[in-house]
Amino acid sequence: MKTARFKLWRGERGEGDFVEYETKITEGMVVLDAVLQIQAEQANDLACRWNCKAGKCGSCSAEVNGMPKLMCMTRLNSLPMDKPVTVEPMRAFPSIRDLATDVSWNYGVKEKIRPFAPREPDAEDGTWRMSQKDVDRVQEFRKCIECFLCQDVCHVLRDHHMHEDFIGPRFLVYAAALEMHPLDTDDRLKDLKDDSNIGLCNITKCCTKVCPEHITITDNAIIPLKERVVDEFYDPVKKFLKLFRRK
Amino acid sequence: MTSKSFSLSPRRSFGETLRKEAWWIYPLFVFLGLGAFVVYSTWAAFQAEHYRFGPYLSPFYSPELLGSEHAWFGAKPAWIPDWLPFSPAFLILWAPAGFRLTCYYYRGAYYKAFWADPPSCAVGEPRSSYRGERKFPLILQNVHRYFLYLALVFLIFLLHDVWEALWFVNPSTGGTEFGIGVGTIILAANVFFLGGYTLGCHSLRHLIGGSVDEISKFKLRWDGYRCVTCLNNRHMVWAWCSLFVVGFSDVYVRLCSMGIWTDWRIL
Repeated sequence: MKTARFKLWRGERGEGDFVEYETKITEGMVVLDAVLQIQAEQANDLACRWNCKAGKCGSCSAEVNGMPKLMCMTRLNSLPMDKPVTVEPMRAFPSIRDLATDVSWNYGVKEKIRPFAPREPDAEDGTWRMSQKDVDRVQEFRKCIECFLCQDVCHVLRDHHMHEDFIGPRFLVYAAALEMHPLDTDDRLKDLKDDSNIGLCNITKCCTKVCPEHITITDNAIIPLKERVVDEFYDPVKKFLKLFRRK
Repeated sequence: MTSKSFSLSPRRSFGETLRKEAWWIYPLFVFLGLGAFVVYSTWAAFQAEHYRFGPYLSPFYSPELLGSEHAWFGAKPAWIPDWLPFSPAFLILWAPAGFRLTCYYYRGAYYKAFWADPPSCAVGEPRSSYRGERKFPLILQNVHRYFLYLALVFLIFLLHDVWEALWFVNPSTGGTEFGIGVGTIILAANVFFLGGYTLGCHSLRHLIGGSVDEISKFKLRWDGYRCVTCLNNRHMVWAWCSLFVVGFSDVYVRLCSMGIWTDWRIL
């Protein structure tokens, strides 16, 4: 049985350092398995969030070898094992202890986004009829498991700490799911421009790269929203045509 | 977004990261690739010669509005002073350059490669301040769709150039005859790749169908949206291929015109 070295971040409320552990690994193990093994055998007080171990709950988000990843979906054989594997908490959120972070800021952001506002039911039974084609486009966004890895890798939050100004890719996806929904009637474009500051996104696509659900965040959610904001606020011809249409 | 204040891990310094792979390769490739193209295209634009060979016209000079007897509006006007550098490319090259400069793919790529904002995902940045695209000057990136309209018109001109590149002067009769040279194929490949890049543009995707929530009600727009989406899925690949081929097209015409390369006739 092989052994591998891990450097786990140990500390509380941002104060701490990496501590190196060595543990036995077997074929098929993921980073979370190794971390839980270290917790069971060597560091009983190690704080680490996890739940489903299947990449569906979004609890075990952390930074493995410097990249935001779900620990339960990162197989050890995908990592170089000649050097210690580093595991640290997400840097875009306050550290609570060891690998656990306080992601509650995200829930506050979500509450501020205008909720789904469907049009009047158009079927006799009081329900709606939608075309599959129209729903397919927003269906992708519903795969989000709210692991917040995209928020963590976004440099606007991670490096510039602009949590007061920017809602981050996760909530741009959420806003896109509502804004592009065939039944929704609300208009969130002004909020997206002024409050959510979609203009802060500079399309580096890091969010798309780290998404464990492979949601095409930048191309299918953020850029379409940016284009809608351009329609509404920056395109003089479009604005003129809209005025004309209203008459 | 929330009034809650909290303490975060301190920002990492420029280039600092725990990533173990060679994360710098991609931004370096972009820096060298885009940098080389900008240097070459600027040099080529200033040359104002060797941009025609037989029926071929370099895409850097197409359409030729002013400059030679083949130009739409004739030779360089006398009122342009001699000390002022003039090239037919100056009149048109700003449009495709603007299209690429404001392209969503290239923006993300050159912000990383040239401005290190960020240098790569999860890698420390050199500056602590950040304005993004919500303020001047980067708010001007929103003009992309207007450059798209121009790029679509340029595609038609370039397609016409391919047609022109099918008709060669017969030296013995002096008349024109149908033919295909290597240059014809290169100019056709240029239109193919530029077409793939332009027609897969994010703005076009939005204008053709992305702006509509119930696109199923518009069959033509739905079909168009699917086609643009298909090209858009590989926008990066189209962007680089078209950049290389448009540059190579100019190199080919230039070197043939200078007598360094020989244009092979296939038909």
